Amino acid sequence: MSTETACCGETSAVAAPAPRERPARLLALLVLGLAGWTTLYLAIEPAAAFLAGRVLGLSAHTRLGSAVAFFLFEAPKVLLLLGIVVFAVGIVRSFFTPERTRALLAGKRESAGNVLAALLGVVTPFCSCSAVPLFLGFVEVGIPLGVTLSFLISAPMVNEVALVLLFGLFGWRVAALYLVTGLVIAVAGGFVLGRLKLERWVEGWVYESLQRATAVYQAERSSFADRVQKGVEAVRDVVGKVWPFVLAGIAVGAFIHGYVPEGLLAGIMGKQAWWSVPLAVAIGVPMYSNAAGIIPVVQALLGKGAALGTVLAFMMSVIGLSLPELIILRKILRPRLIATFVGVVAAGILAVGWLFNAVL
Amino acid sequence: MKIQVLGPGCQRCRTLTANAEKAIQELGVEATVEKVEDVHEIARYRILATPALVIDGQVKSAGRVLSPQEIQALLPG
Repeated sequence: MSTETACCGETSAVAAPAPRERPARLLALLVLGLAGWTTLYLAIEPAAAFLAGRVLGLSAHTRLGSAVAFFLFEAPKVLLLLGIVVFAVGIVRSFFTPERTRALLAGKRESAGNVLAALLGVVTPFCSCSAVPLFLGFVEVGIPLGVTLSFLISAPMVNEVALVLLFGLFGWRVAALYLVTGLVIAVAGGFVLGRLKLERWVEGWVYESLQRATAVYQAERSSFADRVQKGVEAVRDVVGKVWPFVLAGIAVGAFIHGYVPEGLLAGIMGKQAWWSVPLAVAIGVPMYSNAAGIIPVVQALLGKGAALGTVLAFMMSVIGLSLPELIILRKILRPRLIATFVGVVAAGILAVGWLFNAVL
Repeated sequence: MKIQVLGPGCQRCRTLTANAEKAIQELGVEATVEKVEDVHEIARYRILATPALVIDGQVKSAGRVLSPQEIQALLPG
């Protein structure tokens, strides 16, 4: 077991003994777990059909029957997908501590830096309540403002829970679309914000109080077992927190699925209504729901005639621009910068929404 | 001994504070647990993620919610 890392706030604190498994045994356990997971996953569809049809005696053609069948199938499917992806992401993230990301970004020029920052935003563990220390830490080592903002756009927007839900409920195409457009908005948004020379709207004390530091990064020696441990922790942390939202969201989705008539939303959320995209963004920004709760609802809406671009725009504005994060950032950024930040990101989201409504 | 939890007051910070209190209670050691929510104060510790655990002025972890057992292992003595 490695002992405590030297000084500066490593994410490690490897005090807790990771399970003392031999790598071979751990690997066997993982393979076994994966086999069990696959069996469960394959069993969902017949099990859900059996429960709804035989046990509850509901016909799929009735409203109640179709709502219940939807819930019984989607809920375990999404939870299982969530479990495995969050576990995998937890392991991947054990390779990307914020310290390492900072060291990778330090000294990068703007354009390449924006791209790298957006990509690292996806894999670096981040919680919006850490936005301030992270911002300060980036500024401290001389990472340009625009590059830092690229990171701050992509980190919350492209998140694993959203991707899993999109994949599970809409398929891989929509999930990939979301990933790519989210990254594009982060790169372009950060680049534009960087060009606008907004440094003067950062609170004065930020630059005054920080002396120039160099990004030192000491690689953390983590064993395979430590990383698996991180994966397990992530599952406990994330799935433990979001499952009620997922279930609630799927329940609402199931209701819409069963009871809202087809095509009802085509008029208000369909392709023809150009204003539906800005409306979706306007509603989405102040909303701070867990992505977990919102996506199943949105999926059900899509089935009733809402357009994909509108739906994507709504999703992005809910997760990508959250009010609590903006309030936290207010401590270091002046209102004009925050407004510009929101404006540029919202413009990107609008563009994505309109683009997909036009193309698909 | 002085234990500080750095963070703007989100759920994770509250959990970490509670875990720190539990940790010292179980061990029965003399220690105070203090929550630091002021941004300027947090900035002085040069951390990149919250919540962070500081014991007697030394940053012991950042960005993780440690369990009471993990915190106990970090306590000196």
